[in-house]
Amino acid sequence: MGAGHAHKLYRHARSPVHALPPHCKIAAVFCFVLVVVSTPREAVWAFGLYALLLAAVAGAARVPASFLLRRLLIEVPFVAFAVLMPFVAGGERVHVLGLALSQSGLWGAWNILAKGTLGVAASVLLAATTELRALLLGLQRLRMPPLLVQIASFMIRYGDVVTDEMRRMRIARESRGFTARGVRHWGVLARSAGALFIRSYERGERVHLAMVSRGYAGTMPVIDELNASRAQWTHAAALPLAALAVCLTGWMLT
Amino acid sequence: MHVPDGFINAPVSLATGAVAAAAVAVALRGARRELGGSVDGSGHGGERTAPLAGLVAAFVFAVQMLNFPVAAGTSGHLLGGALAAILVGPCTGMLCISVVLLMQSVLFADGGLTALGVNITDMAVVTTIVSYGLFRLLVTVLPRRRPSVTAAAFVAALVSVPAAAVAFTGLYALGGTTDVPLGKVFTAMVGVHVLIGIGEAVITALTVGAVIAVRPDLVYGARGLRRPLELRTPDGTVTVPQAAPAPSRSARPVAVAGLVAALALAGFVSYYASTSPDGLEKVAHDKGLDSKEEEHAAKDSPLADYQVKDVGDERISGGLAGVIGVGATLAAGTGVFVVVRKRRSRTAAAPAGTEAL
Repeated sequence: MGAGHAHKLYRHARSPVHALPPHCKIAAVFCFVLVVVSTPREAVWAFGLYALLLAAVAGAARVPASFLLRRLLIEVPFVAFAVLMPFVAGGERVHVLGLALSQSGLWGAWNILAKGTLGVAASVLLAATTELRALLLGLQRLRMPPLLVQIASFMIRYGDVVTDEMRRMRIARESRGFTARGVRHWGVLARSAGALFIRSYERGERVHLAMVSRGYAGTMPVIDELNASRAQWTHAAALPLAALAVCLTGWMLT
Repeated sequence: MHVPDGFINAPVSLATGAVAAAAVAVALRGARRELGGSVDGSGHGGERTAPLAGLVAAFVFAVQMLNFPVAAGTSGHLLGGALAAILVGPCTGMLCISVVLLMQSVLFADGGLTALGVNITDMAVVTTIVSYGLFRLLVTVLPRRRPSVTAAAFVAALVSVPAAAVAFTGLYALGGTTDVPLGKVFTAMVGVHVLIGIGEAVITALTVGAVIAVRPDLVYGARGLRRPLELRTPDGTVTVPQAAPAPSRSARPVAVAGLVAALALAGFVSYYASTSPDGLEKVAHDKGLDSKEEEHAAKDSPLADYQVKDVGDERISGGLAGVIGVGATLAAGTGVFVVVRKRRSRTAAAPAGTEAL
């Protein structure tokens, strides 16, 4: 618990993107994704340009492509859903390789794939270039309620502890010869979950008492004020503004 | 069920974002009361909120990684909305699930940033409100014993997951970016989520049962069921009266009436739910009969162009009716809740010095 809580998604480096204040980056990513989502899906080239923009950011942040692509795998369930779409959607049919596919379904699949992938890539870049604590501070700077930020930081801080506890319980179960095979073993797992809840809740009570005894009265002191200069905002705004230009062109051309 | 970016269009995403923000604001206020320990509603004890809700969020996050083997090598995991609402209260539960969704979206890119409002509305707000409302209603109606808490948890979790699917279908009807007919989305979502709901219900009920066996005081939903403290002295057994009086029996007929109304409404909803696949099959059947010469094409495309619009409208009306039905069920539930609570507070106010629940 004493060590730094660097999450696995963070890639430490010194780059202009890492150096930007977190709230600028969060705002930029959010605006970028919003612009991407509101782009017409017929403007196929626009999504190519968005991908190029993200690639440029990744290059500036020195995030290797392999890292980015590996993190994109989280999207796989939606890819499966998108692949199904041409088969279930209605509308005009086109014949591809002997399969009757719905045209609007194909557009829908493309829509989800393109926008979803770009959204995931943007989020991955944000997480890869921003430390956890900075991310939370940035959210607080963007007027997220301080209590929510505190809850989120407690969740992050103790997430590993609770997960580790769950792992130890699993090892304890397995060392007694238990393997969960089917529905019959749900009772054991549910009792583990119950024990995990009690342990987490009691840990919460202990943490609270420890904090109160150190003078905590409901608010965390703000130690590091986040301030962004005009230049930093301009740098962060480059990505969504470029995307907005592409989006507007897309609307005009289609 | 994490919705990615681009699945729901931008205006609906922003609108649900506003709904989610409002819900989280209400939940923040309510969580202070739920976790406050000494309850007086003045924000006293609010400093307990952050560590406790944070740890519960960490628990939800961890328990979502706990895989339950289902038959044939597949496995599912807990969604945790109903479980959190029953264990720590609806507001704290909603808050914890929202925080988990937020962190999943920002850190793990699981669920889109712009779809965060959709995800929170769907998985945090709807599941916790539906499950906790139903749970309280059942606990009030059923006999005041421990098995009824487990049974109520089962039903609450069972209903909460399809309710989220219904809510998702409603959002999809408002701002879906693909033109998969609404009937298909509704049938597929609700069908799959009824199955998921059964697993969720079993695990939730067992988990709540396990917690209530060890630390019954920790189960927020079962706070009214605590037995009075008995002191066994050599002179005999002395029962120490509880600080909060047991709810008066007179509230029960009201709650029973409420449950009957809710069940009638739920039947109304399930009527629509059960007719929609029939309707779909019927249309497909009609279509197949109509165009025998196109049988091969029709095999792949049960719904052709001109009927989609028709079906779509029908499904919109069906889906909306379902959503309205669920909303009405909830409204009836909360109405009963308010009545019961009013009575309780009135009876609690009578003896001076006791705290209202």
